[in-house]
Amino acid sequence: MTVDTDKTTGPADTPPAGPEALKAIPVRHYGRYVSALIAIALFVAIISAFAQGNINWGAVPDYFFDDRIITGVWKTLLLTVLSMLIGIVGGILLAVMRLSKNPVTSTIAWFYIWFFRGTPVLVQLVVWFNLGLVFTYINLGPIYKDYWSSFMTPLLTALLGLGLNEAAYMAEICRAGLLSVDEGQTEASHALGMSHAKTLRRIVIPQAMRVIVPPTGNEVINMLKTTSLVSVVQFYELFRYAQDIGQTSGAPVEMYFLAAAWYLILTSVLSVGQYYIERYYARGSSRSLPATPLQKIKANMLSLGSWRR
Amino acid sequence: MSTEKVAEQPSGSEAVAMVKSEGVHKSFGPVEVLKGIDLEVKSGEVFCLIGPSGSGKSTFLRCINHLEKVNAGRLYVDGELVGYRQKGDKLYELKDSEVALKRRDIGMVFQRFNLFPHMTALENVMEAPIQVKGTSKAQARERAGQLLERVGLADKAGNYPTQLSGGQQQRVAIARALAMDPKLMLFDEPTSALDPELVGDVLDVMRDLAESGMTMIVVTHEMGFAREVGDSLVFMDGGVVVESGNPRDVLTNPQHERTQSFLSKVL
Repeated sequence: MTVDTDKTTGPADTPPAGPEALKAIPVRHYGRYVSALIAIALFVAIISAFAQGNINWGAVPDYFFDDRIITGVWKTLLLTVLSMLIGIVGGILLAVMRLSKNPVTSTIAWFYIWFFRGTPVLVQLVVWFNLGLVFTYINLGPIYKDYWSSFMTPLLTALLGLGLNEAAYMAEICRAGLLSVDEGQTEASHALGMSHAKTLRRIVIPQAMRVIVPPTGNEVINMLKTTSLVSVVQFYELFRYAQDIGQTSGAPVEMYFLAAAWYLILTSVLSVGQYYIERYYARGSSRSLPATPLQKIKANMLSLGSWRR
Repeated sequence: MSTEKVAEQPSGSEAVAMVKSEGVHKSFGPVEVLKGIDLEVKSGEVFCLIGPSGSGKSTFLRCINHLEKVNAGRLYVDGELVGYRQKGDKLYELKDSEVALKRRDIGMVFQRFNLFPHMTALENVMEAPIQVKGTSKAQARERAGQLLERVGLADKAGNYPTQLSGGQQQRVAIARALAMDPKLMLFDEPTSALDPELVGDVLDVMRDLAESGMTMIVVTHEMGFAREVGDSLVFMDGGVVVESGNPRDVLTNPQHERTQSFLSKVL
């Protein structure tokens, strides 16, 4: 606000008979300059150490857009999306079951969460992979019948292992979200004659989303990285392809760096998406919506300008 | 008005009570909140419930649309038992869907408004007709617009509840309840959470509603409203009806000692 009045230096723009703005010398934060310098020095030291190390960096760009890597990226994304879909749908279902007045469903949900949250996902993946030892055939009567080993493809194993595990975590996140919605909302909805299911779908869940989305974003990013575990069930995704290329091309460590870079890119993109979803569900909860990153950058630039003066 | 007939259904529609309570008891765990409530609310009247906090007024109101389950006694709305179905001498609990069906006809306004914060004022009013009655969107929108105009908020249709004052929110809440075309409106201390200067707007809307002939049960601390608009008044304390009658009589000339001491504090 004061920027304009300073530039024009004319009395025409100043509000009539307003009080004169204070002109004070701002506090100098010398600690900020010092800490920035130390951070930059450390960063440079680490970078140069890696640059001089015995690593063939040239191999990374050579393979960065290799067909196999790109296929791996797509498969990683596909697996993340599908597993999270199973996780979210299962999680909402389990949370509703857990909060239900029906003692049977709430006990089942409790038991599910207890089991799937209590065992490592890697172990669960291996168990799914080897379930053929217990079930030799899968027999759905006239619809489908096959050997378990040919039914349980790597993709299905990976999806079940990751998705069912995720559902247990999502259930707790969703439960927290559902509980965060004021009871008066349910009462008001019931008083209008809305059924339990409609109350959940139209009134409670949309409000619970505000609490559910941020930790779910966390879960998506976690899931993206956890997909690297499914190489143990012979599913080929980014990490597995990078590993394979590393073994044949003679640059194994370099390929791990390549994979790390790809994971970082993907998680960054997901973070941006999460921000906009959060913004969508914030409507009605505060008087004005939070700024988009672009608006924030603009605001920061402006404040930086005034800080320098 | 006071043609006392036996409980059998009389032919004259005027004599059918909108709400009839016979020995209603309600306990929360070991605490008995309602200790036998007998009263009758006639069709088209404004029935005020007053009393100190914890006297059971709100609980009784919530029993009427089955937000709370009655432990003993019988509660009828428009001649039908609330929450149960009687077959012979056996009582069957109603299914959730059947309870919901009955709640359509009973509007409720809460002390804390309970508007849906993720919907605009207009969407709040449209929601139940669309979801419950299957009204078309266009029709619901038109009706919601009329209702908002009726409560004086036509220009606030696109605002979210957080962008409205308490008094405006409560008026939207009244419009939301009216959108279901109820035959009975329950008001649970509708002005208790409002700034004093906003109370008037809400009471004006309620007065207007009373004049249109709506049957209203109002739990309130607004004695002025009860005296002006009320047709009947009940003073409750400790889970029982202490005194009842015409509001002007009860408020100016209370017979019971407990009523006298309560009114001397609030008037």
